Amino acid sequence: MSNTGTSETRTAEQPQHKVCWSCKGPVGATSLFCETCNAIQPPGQLDHFTRFGLKRTFIIDVDAIEATYLKQQQLLHPDRFASKSAREQALSSQQAATLNGAFETLKNPVARAEYLLRLAGHEPEGGEGHTVNDPELLMEAMEMREALHDADDRNAVDTMIKDTRKAARACEKDVADALEQNAYDRAKKLTTRLRYLMKMTEEARAKKSRLAAA
Amino acid sequence: MALLKIHEPGQTPLPHEDERQLAVGIDLGTTNSVVAISNDEKPEVLRDTSGGNAIVPSVVYYGADADPVVGEAARDQINDNANRVVSSVKRLMGRGIADVKSIAGTLPYHVEVPAEDAEKSGEPMMVRLNVGDRVLTPVEVSADILRALRARAEASLGKPVEKAVITVPAYFDDGARTATKDAARLAGIEVLRLVNEPTAAALAYGLDNGAEGLYAVYDLGGGTFDISLLKMQKGVFQVKATGGDAALGGDDFDHAIAEHLLAERKDGGTTDDLDASDAKRLLKTARKVKEALTDADETSVTVSLGGADTTHTVTRAAFDAMIAKLVSRTIAITEQVLDDADILADDVKGVVLVGGSTRVPAVRKAVADLFEQDPLSDIDPDEVVALGAALQAEALTGGSDNLLLDVTPLSLGLETMGGIVEKVIDRNTPIPVAKAQEFTTYQDGQSAMMIHVVQGEREMVDQCRSLARFALTGIPSMAAGAARIKVTFNVDADGLLTVSAREETTGTEQEVAVKPTYGINELDMANMLRESMVHAREDMEMRLLTEARVEARRNVLAVQAAMNADRALLTSEDEDNIAAAIAKLEAAMSGEDRDLINEQAEALEDASRPFAEARMDARIRQALAGRNVDQVN
Ligand SMILES: Nc1ncnc2c1ncn2[C@@H]1O[C@H](COP(=O)(O)OP(=O)(O)O)[C@@H](O)[C@H]1O
Ligand SMILES: [Mg+2]
Ligand SMILES: [Zn+2]
Repeated sequence: MSNTGTSETRTAEQPQHKVCWSCKGPVGATSLFCETCNAIQPPGQLDHFTRFGLKRTFIIDVDAIEATYLKQQQLLHPDRFASKSAREQALSSQQAATLNGAFETLKNPVARAEYLLRLAGHEPEGGEGHTVNDPELLMEAMEMREALHDADDRNAVDTMIKDTRKAARACEKDVADALEQNAYDRAKKLTTRLRYLMKMTEEARAKKSRLAAA
Repeated sequence: MALLKIHEPGQTPLPHEDERQLAVGIDLGTTNSVVAISNDEKPEVLRDTSGGNAIVPSVVYYGADADPVVGEAARDQINDNANRVVSSVKRLMGRGIADVKSIAGTLPYHVEVPAEDAEKSGEPMMVRLNVGDRVLTPVEVSADILRALRARAEASLGKPVEKAVITVPAYFDDGARTATKDAARLAGIEVLRLVNEPTAAALAYGLDNGAEGLYAVYDLGGGTFDISLLKMQKGVFQVKATGGDAALGGDDFDHAIAEHLLAERKDGGTTDDLDASDAKRLLKTARKVKEALTDADETSVTVSLGGADTTHTVTRAAFDAMIAKLVSRTIAITEQVLDDADILADDVKGVVLVGGSTRVPAVRKAVADLFEQDPLSDIDPDEVVALGAALQAEALTGGSDNLLLDVTPLSLGLETMGGIVEKVIDRNTPIPVAKAQEFTTYQDGQSAMMIHVVQGEREMVDQCRSLARFALTGIPSMAAGAARIKVTFNVDADGLLTVSAREETTGTEQEVAVKPTYGINELDMANMLRESMVHAREDMEMRLLTEARVEARRNVLAVQAAMNADRALLTSEDEDNIAAAIAKLEAAMSGEDRDLINEQAEALEDASRPFAEARMDARIRQALAGRNVDQVN
């Protein structure tokens, strides 16, 4: 088996009205619950930004979307439907899973950037198992890896964590600018770099706890 | 762009009183189990009929030709009938023989694969226990414990109890969770939800204190260690990260002491050759020593084995040294979890201690040192998990303002070329979750693909836990790399996994509820159900009847809501037809005939169809009118 990347659903033009499965009347295309009979609706194909009532931009207020996330989860989570019919339980599970997926994508800068690229019709480069051929980035990554390998006390690793985090934050700003200017090729490259930086931070953290445990 | 509308659902979701059955919370522990019930968010443990102990030791005694005995009475049989007593069975839930070999020394009983089965299938098999003259699976033993808890609850409440929230260690893998659900099924209990033990404990604390912020729950029981970080905000309990070790607990402390005692005997010239029942008795002694050292600085004990009595003094300092490695392992895991969640120990507002082994002073101290604060312990650590489970059972059956959002404890992935694991769902991902990944064939004309689902954090398949294998067949002949196979992982709110695979270009599809490699197959399950529960069939019927009623009531309410909303579109003929159909359906609902209910529900749907169509038409006309106005402007 070989991997061809994560599949994504693209958004199609939404019909204005759907039929409620429960009362068979009209229900808004973006409604979570039927306005008439209150029945929970299937999640549909909304894009993640629409789900959170946001415009499609890279810069978002994560705390604000978390508040929306919690509010929606209060209504949609399967625990709210434990004594309802099997169909409603299944729909609730789908809704909650979709909501979780949307929140996870939006709150993570790399996932969010990749998602925006896909929405704009550009496949991001170099997911796991794909080759990246940006020599500059490969060089940078190699150097970071070596530096991490050589760092043998907690302080040195700590410094590395701080550095990569700082670099990641700066890179996030660049990604935001590139996306803002519809400079998708640049955005792709920067997103790949951001993924590397995040991964390095993670590896450095893992090394730190290994050192701590030893 | 149209923004998402959040329509607040009304206050109708609660089922009618007559259908609201009692739902209890069960802490099904390795060592001890507790059952509790909650009313009006006030949970209470259920004690034995004499109002005594809340704790039921998770020990079962299988006497010859007698019903199993569970609890204190079973534990009392260890001295005389060790080979008929099963304890710590939770450690074997969802385990295979290979797993058991690695912990064999720590198990107080013989584990065996019936030779005939092993030869026949050559497949990995669930562990079976030889107990006296019986051969039992861990699931059956767990079911016996659950039956006893159910009986206790029914005696205490004076009503039948059929539903429960059952807790499991957060670190339990898919196989162990499925095994727990199977055990409940055998015991005639409908599992409303499997809730992670630390999450349940946090719930018990959170509701009590109404506290917002980050909390750590450190749970060290008899056989398992769990650590969870939770964020509480606005009535939502969000698990941020979780970790643990499914085979680390107070039992290991007992072992350390037992080994120490044996070593001292050996030094004194006594060589022991222990059989299974000697080992059980020695462990019982070791546990007494351990528990005494919680309050005393030293304790003395006499060990009598093989006719040789020896007396030993154990100090707390010596005991602390024996368990130091084990305790630091829990601290290292805790630090790892903090790192995972990118949280500093300082950020943690409170630390909740759960489990009998957190009474050990060295454990308390290690936890207090790490978090630089005294842990909370105002709820009895033996009862807190069951109390939280009871709260959740009440929330699920009666509604609640609070919500639990839990995560997957371990990463889930697939085997790819070269035995490398491709992760599909990372650990600590909020559940429920659905994620898909696309794969392709690597040979021309390849018509089938093996899908091997694994759980764990390591990169190679053989270092992870194998959950299931299945084949996607009927892939049409294509060049290598042309097929697009989408594998979807679904983890539900109980943390249970379903995997489906689909060839996208042709739609060839295969879905499997992941059958744990070491699970019980459906046939065995059916046989066990038949043997152990004469009422299984009736139970099933009852469940289907309840479901039909719930569905019919929803139907009636939906039609009535529509009539209220769009009365203008309702012809008097339709109104009469609908009213008549509702009356008939309601009559059927008060009876016991499930088919009749379904039939009348369909009739109601027919009767209300013209009205539903009129509503759709009206909305479409309205939309068109709206568009015309837009275009004019
Ligand atoms: N006073 C005590 N001091 C030390 N250990 C104790 C004490 N009381 C109980 N334990 C230990 O706690 C463990 C049982 O904890 P419990 O939370 O009931 O376990 P589980 O959740 O695994 O069923 C046993 O190993 C027992 O010996
Ligand atoms: Mg416990
Ligand atoms: Zn409706």
